[in-house]
Amino acid sequence: MTNHPVNGGESSPPIAIELQGISKRFGNVRANQDIDLVVQRGTIHGIVGENGAGKSTLMSILYGFYQADSGAILIDGVPTKIYSSHDAIDAGIGMVHQHFMLVETFSVLENVILGAEQGALLKAGISNARQTLQHLADEYQLSVPLDQPTGQLPVGQQQRTEILKALYRNAEILILDEPTGVLTPQEADQLFRVLRTLREKGVTVILITHKLREIMDVTDNVSVLRLGTMVSTQRTADTSMEQLAELMVGRKLESQTFAKADPVDATIGLEAHNVSLHGSKGLTELDNINLQVRHGEIVGVAGVAGNGQSALLEVLSGIVTPTAGHLVINGRTVSASEPMDPAQMREAGLHHVPEDRLRLGLIKSFTAAESALLGYHTREKFNWRVLLKLNLIRETCKRLMQAFDVRPQDPALKSASFSGGNQQKLILARELDKAPSVLLVGQPTRGVDIGAIELIHDKLIEMRDNGCAVLLVSVELDEIMALSDRIVVMFGGRIVGEVNGANANKTELGLMMANAMDDVA
Amino acid sequence: MNTSTVELPDWLEIVVIPLLNIILALFCAGLIILAIGENPIEAVGIMLKGAFGYDEAVGYTLYYTTNFIFTGLAVAIAFHANLFNIGGEGQAYFAGLGIALVVLTLDQYLPALLLIPLAIAAAALFGSLWAFIPAWLQAYRGSHIVITTIMFNFIAASLMVYLLVNVLIQPGSMSPETREFATTAWLPFMHEFLALFGVTVTRTPLNLSFFLALLCCLITWIYIWKTRWGYALRTAGQSEAAAVYAGIKPKRIIITAMCLSGALAGLVAVNELMGVHHRLLLNFTAGYGFTGIAVSLMGRNHPVGIILASLLFGILYQGGAELAFELPKITREMVVAIQGLIILFSGALALMLRPWVVRVYLLMRPSAINAAAS
Amino acid sequence: MDWLNDEVLRTILATLDATLRVSTPLILCAMAGLFSERSGVIDIGLEGKMLAAAFAAGSLAALTGSAWLALLAAIGVGVAMALVHAFACVTHRGNQVVSGLAINVLASGLTVVLGIAWFRQGGQTPSLPSEARFMPLQLPLADTLASVPVLGPLYRDVISGHNLLVYIALTIVPLTWWIVYRTRFGLRLRAVGENPLAVDTAGISVARLRYSAVLICGALCGVAGCYLAIAQNAAFVREMTAGQGYIALAAMIFGKWRPLPAMIACLMFGFLDAVAIRLQGIELPVIGEVPVQLIQALPYILTVVLLAGFIGRAVAPKAIGVPFSKER
Repeated sequence: MTNHPVNGGESSPPIAIELQGISKRFGNVRANQDIDLVVQRGTIHGIVGENGAGKSTLMSILYGFYQADSGAILIDGVPTKIYSSHDAIDAGIGMVHQHFMLVETFSVLENVILGAEQGALLKAGISNARQTLQHLADEYQLSVPLDQPTGQLPVGQQQRTEILKALYRNAEILILDEPTGVLTPQEADQLFRVLRTLREKGVTVILITHKLREIMDVTDNVSVLRLGTMVSTQRTADTSMEQLAELMVGRKLESQTFAKADPVDATIGLEAHNVSLHGSKGLTELDNINLQVRHGEIVGVAGVAGNGQSALLEVLSGIVTPTAGHLVINGRTVSASEPMDPAQMREAGLHHVPEDRLRLGLIKSFTAAESALLGYHTREKFNWRVLLKLNLIRETCKRLMQAFDVRPQDPALKSASFSGGNQQKLILARELDKAPSVLLVGQPTRGVDIGAIELIHDKLIEMRDNGCAVLLVSVELDEIMALSDRIVVMFGGRIVGEVNGANANKTELGLMMANAMDDVA
Repeated sequence: MNTSTVELPDWLEIVVIPLLNIILALFCAGLIILAIGENPIEAVGIMLKGAFGYDEAVGYTLYYTTNFIFTGLAVAIAFHANLFNIGGEGQAYFAGLGIALVVLTLDQYLPALLLIPLAIAAAALFGSLWAFIPAWLQAYRGSHIVITTIMFNFIAASLMVYLLVNVLIQPGSMSPETREFATTAWLPFMHEFLALFGVTVTRTPLNLSFFLALLCCLITWIYIWKTRWGYALRTAGQSEAAAVYAGIKPKRIIITAMCLSGALAGLVAVNELMGVHHRLLLNFTAGYGFTGIAVSLMGRNHPVGIILASLLFGILYQGGAELAFELPKITREMVVAIQGLIILFSGALALMLRPWVVRVYLLMRPSAINAAAS
Repeated sequence: MDWLNDEVLRTILATLDATLRVSTPLILCAMAGLFSERSGVIDIGLEGKMLAAAFAAGSLAALTGSAWLALLAAIGVGVAMALVHAFACVTHRGNQVVSGLAINVLASGLTVVLGIAWFRQGGQTPSLPSEARFMPLQLPLADTLASVPVLGPLYRDVISGHNLLVYIALTIVPLTWWIVYRTRFGLRLRAVGENPLAVDTAGISVARLRYSAVLICGALCGVAGCYLAIAQNAAFVREMTAGQGYIALAAMIFGKWRPLPAMIACLMFGFLDAVAIRLQGIELPVIGEVPVQLIQALPYILTVVLLAGFIGRAVAPKAIGVPFSKER
């Protein structure tokens, strides 16, 4: 695969951004290695890559958040040093971050003028800005209620505020980092319309995403990052989703295949009846969820991130009490009025490998042995009522490390010192060791290297074959399809569909995940 | 180079960097002494002699040390639960009320063997009660514990003044103090205790609560690192989310940790009232609660570190008194200034020197550079 | 209107007059704390900065005989202490509470040590002649208007007759309000206390903003300290702040980090203080004798009750106490 096939022609349009040999390391991790990139003015340029491929690091360098260890940035052909956001803004770069950079108590107007106030007093600046924004809003169809506190706006409008912020600063290059992750499909469509309008007006757009569909729909050119290196840049029209996927992953996915189970007669391990969860801001996070997981099957929960999967795991594991409905765990009823906390859930045989392993799954400053005790310090096995059996705890950790090939095999090492994959194996080992009859697993292979992925998948299948009821939540559709005997799809806090794992079809699932079935059917 | 991601060996993190911070603080103190026209080296000499030179001095030094161990442990245990207890002063003060109530009511009836444990328990109970309210407010009402414990120091001060002036004062007395406790409520002095074994030492305020302090160190160490409760406390202190995941209730941890903290701070009243003054009087806490923060920061929240730091402060307090006597230009408040410097350098600026230590370390151990570079 | 005889009226006026006097350092410190905390930096070190500044003012006034030089010195010392706070909290991302505490303890020790070493009066600075102090000013027409019922005496006995720093404190409040809500600096200040990352990505230096806010805080504490030593009193006395820095902190929280409500809280706390002195030993109808200590503790009790959410809710700036770091 050659680089920059689009940069050869003599009539090629002017170049907005050129990156030359950008490298950046964090400790042992090479986040970016010798990256070259050319973005033409007035185009929408997509950058794709898996989680952790180095997309965000690269854009953070471009926006002055980090400094590259080596390499050069050229804006409109001029070598430019970008040490801070200030420099980036001066260079005409605007960025819409994945997590919005808004002051929630401020109105849209105040957020927009922050840092671009035009003078020491606010009054003049604000009334100027109001006019300018009205213009911009009309021009790009970006209407937002200007005087509303941004914290009260829906995410789509918050994102527009971010775009307005950039345009107000006369950004000629707009970077959007995973902009659709939090949007409804309708909001995403609106966003893409806006991006096309921007392109017509001569703005250069860089779209960072891991959703290939969006790349195909809206971009002119596309670059692929893999493990910190730029593996390809080409015209979107010249490529296909399959080809991009292959480039992203680096090899044809030898998707692991496992025999599917269909334990119709097995007892039910986990059941949710009409479970709802209303968040603090009146947001409905879970809407009337009904779900069954039988012993000896894996039920996969598919869905675009942020459609209620996290809330589902929290409710099922006892971290959060649902506002309505009840659960049945191995025949034991847990209602909203008589909830069980995670410790009681474990006693009832339900164990949980959490999505966010650094926040929930282990304690970074604890030793591996201490982290391997998390959730079980009250177990009789591990204490003499008061004192902990520290030797046994250490030995147990060592045994778990051996069984799951955690490296380095040192129970005294700080948990933070292990790689993501080894941390995940340790957590998995801790939970599986307790012979759960119901297992909740969230994003088991996020940020995990390939070797560990296979081991983790094998262990999950082994659990199922031993009669465990497994609920698997993952945003990786391939993982869901490879492992699950049944698949349910979540959208907007609801379960919108269910398919049999054996005859699941990616297109169908994808449509369900976008809640577009009705349109098709 | 980003030095914060470089891992240093334990002996650098736990010994060298804290020691450098203390040296820096003492160096600044030396500059102050220079500025007022005295010789810092001479001052250190006088101070050490004043703290250790004769057995009376040692007794005083250890008597102060006792208070600092209690308040230092109090701050440390709260720190492990990620709580900042600035209220040690008020908790110790209020604990004095507990002792007074028990002793003044019962000292005519109970023998020492019953009365003393009861009074100690009352001190711990009242201390934890004064910590319980801010803890409850933090856990269930979301009030910032730093602010509420500060407020509770002042409330305790006003309350005690009121009680001593209007209620508990010995009838006919001019000074706001209770009557003297009966001797059954006195903790034996160290010189009395040692005399039982035929050892003669000079009379000092040092009393048996020194052993209580050491015992508390041991118990705290076991509690934090060896028990399941301590495990839960540290888990909740490190990550509330992980604690919930593990089935630990963070709100309960807040309350437990603060009550333990308050109880430990309350034991200052045992040393002061049952050991030395033998009555309840105004302002007997004399800032020990605040010094506990410096002690805990300096001792890195570990009982061994706290013993060492308490000893240093004991030396500063006792040696400082001697210093004020020998060099009239230097007053006892010099110790307070040093305490401020130590809180600054060992606490707020604890990481200031780390980048330099990392650089030196990498120079000495070039092999570590590859692993650390970025 | 039988009860409203001269005696009662005079007492009321005198109490209000005293309220203004004791509220002044509170108001200055509360505004100081407001700047710092609105920028996201907790400041429990108001007390220490004020104390050190009071000492500086007392010393300089005694040495030079100039109230203005003393004011300058107080501001300088307040700013210098604030610089330490900013250096620890912003540059080195230290614990803000610990740093504030260090400043309080340091000031409490250092002022006495230096005071005794320099002046040998047990920690006090020499008593100042009135030329070296800020003395009460008669506002125009105070006596002429005194005959106007109610307002006249109010103007003469309460509003008029204070020293310059009292009036400065009263002007600082609307000024603070104007800066915080009407200027670019204020907008950024409010933003950086809520979401420093948003400020950083908008191309503004978080560190510079926080340094400015903390230094302004130091300067205002300096004025407050100067007031204590050479305006309200005629010398620096050891520990003369006596917890007023903490009361100001409480008032600022009570005012929910907003200038005008914070000032009202200061006046209320000052009023309690002024009343406490007068109520000593007086039997009130119905309630009987109110213990002075209770009135003295009321600011603290009220603040705790407020923080507990029993009277409204005091929501602190969102990013308060969290050192800003770009690393994610």
